[in-house]
Amino acid sequence: MTGRKKSVSRSLLDGNEAIALGAFEAGCQFYAGYPITPATTIFNTMMGLLPPEGGICIQCEDEIASIGTCLGASMAGKKVMTATSGPGLSLYSENISFAIGGEIPIVIVIVQRLGPSTGIATRGADSDIQFIRWGCTGGLPVITLAPSSISDCYSLTMQAFNLAEKYRCPVFIATNKEIGMTKESVALDLIEKPAIINRRRPENKTGYQPFAVSNPDQVPDFLPIGDETLVRQNSLVHGPDGYITTDPDVISEYQKRLKRKVESHVDEFTYYDEIAEVSADTLLITYGISARAAKEAQGRLSSLNQPVSLLVLKTLWPVPENLIRTKAKPYRHIITIEMNLGQYHQEIERLLPGKQVDLICQLDGSLISPETIIKEVINE
Amino acid sequence: MNSLLNSSRPPLYCPGCSHDRMTKVLDHALQNLGISGHQVSIVSDIGCNGQFDTFFNTHALHGLHGRALTYATGIRLARPELNVVVTMGDGGMGIGGAHFNAACRRNLDLTLLVLNNFNFGMTGGQYSATTPSDATVGTGFLNHLEPPLNICDMARSTGATFVKRISAYHENLTETIEAAITHKGMSVLDIWGICTGRYTKKNSITPNTIAAQIDDMKGPEGIIPENARPEYGKAYRKAAAEMPPTFQLKKIPKCFDFSDPHRKEIILLGNAGQRVLTAGELLCYAGMSAGLLVTKKDEYNITVLRGPSISEVIISPDEIEYTGIKNPSVIIAIAQEGVDRRLELLKKLTSDTLLICGTDLKIPTTSARVKQIDFKQLKIKSTDRALAAIAVMTKFQTGITNKMLQYALETRFKGNILKASLDIVSRMNEKN
Repeated sequence: MTGRKKSVSRSLLDGNEAIALGAFEAGCQFYAGYPITPATTIFNTMMGLLPPEGGICIQCEDEIASIGTCLGASMAGKKVMTATSGPGLSLYSENISFAIGGEIPIVIVIVQRLGPSTGIATRGADSDIQFIRWGCTGGLPVITLAPSSISDCYSLTMQAFNLAEKYRCPVFIATNKEIGMTKESVALDLIEKPAIINRRRPENKTGYQPFAVSNPDQVPDFLPIGDETLVRQNSLVHGPDGYITTDPDVISEYQKRLKRKVESHVDEFTYYDEIAEVSADTLLITYGISARAAKEAQGRLSSLNQPVSLLVLKTLWPVPENLIRTKAKPYRHIITIEMNLGQYHQEIERLLPGKQVDLICQLDGSLISPETIIKEVINE
Repeated sequence: MNSLLNSSRPPLYCPGCSHDRMTKVLDHALQNLGISGHQVSIVSDIGCNGQFDTFFNTHALHGLHGRALTYATGIRLARPELNVVVTMGDGGMGIGGAHFNAACRRNLDLTLLVLNNFNFGMTGGQYSATTPSDATVGTGFLNHLEPPLNICDMARSTGATFVKRISAYHENLTETIEAAITHKGMSVLDIWGICTGRYTKKNSITPNTIAAQIDDMKGPEGIIPENARPEYGKAYRKAAAEMPPTFQLKKIPKCFDFSDPHRKEIILLGNAGQRVLTAGELLCYAGMSAGLLVTKKDEYNITVLRGPSISEVIISPDEIEYTGIKNPSVIIAIAQEGVDRRLELLKKLTSDTLLICGTDLKIPTTSARVKQIDFKQLKIKSTDRALAAIAVMTKFQTGITNKMLQYALETRFKGNILKASLDIVSRMNEKN
């Protein structure tokens, strides 16, 4: 990275544009959306990218149709994405659980705005973090990645597609107006790109069962609707053959597998940044846009001879429990920083009994500032 | 052709239910058309029709209530060669009304079979969108207060290109389904049937009464000439092939040396329609042309040409973390609404800040260095104030030079807009 500032060309992109570009780079071929501030520019950008390249980008009649259309296209073999904000996430709910239960790969971008309800369209917040995890029937896990910069938006979206393909589940990108609609100079060419992963096809199609599992990763092999071999998709609780079942053993195994296949692999997709200060006794834990204020605060505290360490989570769901426990171990004092009233804080608290776990939070439409964090640390 | 019915999963409908015969009719239609199981996907909705996918050896998708048309749309757009047959009940017509309208307007090549039996059979005979007002169903007087939905009128008025109402007992039903499947566009068949499990208990309905009523209603007979137009998927692919790529990634190389290596924080305070955000973008491009890093954070209301519009730009040789601004190097104030949003900040300014502001604005008493611009006297339109002000800014030691601004304009604009913008900049350079 030496000399990068002098020799590199950069682009001016907002988080939404970077997400669209990351999706395109990951092989997204289908996007369906519905206009909503502050997520609309993802749709606008996909409209510029997909149709000229043979992909499909459509505007649907509502968010229910946006995600429904994506699920149909994903079952037909396409890599799909949709994006919205809190009010649209509410309407996605029933189809999110379908994507979980039907093991339909999809990337869902939530550019959060201040809630509740219609809230404030042009003010940021991270107020739907728990809603993303729990906002649909069944209580089964989803994967959620949280970018804190424009380059994160690009690279984590690529990762999100890979994870959706690999684990056959919905993968969320949780951003916020303050990332989605903030522009930043970014050198896309310098961002490390993951190798593209495509959903695994069966080696032998004879006797194919759409939900049979033979691999240790617990993920069924995929064939698309429209293949020579017949494929069934079913929102009802189903057995390996895709037909409704009432067999308690089959039901139980299905439920446990949907949990296990995501949660048991979280260490493989635990993304994070950290700044570890040897002499610190406080660790700041944060994610999303607040990570940037925390990073600035961390640097300024260091020069004030008040060193603190910083852990920036980029995987939020499933909770990267091993990472959090391991990284928090050396510290007496933990401070969670987030743009809501402490939604993720409760996860941190539950993982770190015996430690002093405090919260810096703000939910007024403005960013948590480095000064707020510094003040809190110094007053401690 | 062989039957596509799944012999290991025979239909389990109530004795006398018309859905049972519908499975056979659909099977015959598919056979007559020579369609194999892998060439068709059945997308079933919720309710008794929702079991249709299990009775056939075809591709199948069974999803949530009322949403069948949305899944079908995705499948068909992704696989234009696949026949997509959607089964839905009168319940699905109600809960999925928006999807029905959208599918008819779009005219994607889907075949919708509405298995209309006038009530929610599976859940206990509640009234649906098509229950006649004089019927007796499980929801008391509620259906007496609402007229039933005319599915064919709705399909025709929203643009479906093939629409027909037909009895589940009609001798030509197989041929009609074949015609609907063969039709290139959105086909809607409103197929009237009998729910023996619930509806016939208190309502007298027979194949004969259905036939008489359908005759009486004189609905459309298939192709709707006034709706004739290209199939959506085909039209989409044609339009897409002709569309030039509209997203072009601009890459800004380092072209200039920045005269001042310190971080700059610039706030533009204006109102909507003054191109404040565009001016912020120009400052970003200018900074980037000197190899610097930038962020731009905007603030505005949901109103489009009303309300304040604020852009906060940071230009820095180092990584920019926090994107908010506390100690601005420059504030450009061009409209009162923007100024009023930052009154507290304006009051606290020191001589470190350069404040460039219109002479017609009420600015609180400040210790900032002030450069006033009389936009009216200079005949600068409201929409050009932001650009004019950043042109003035280049005359001060702010790090942004006139050359960098020119480069930014050439990056951002083309043709007449570029020319007009460069004119404004040169006028401001002359006047100040």
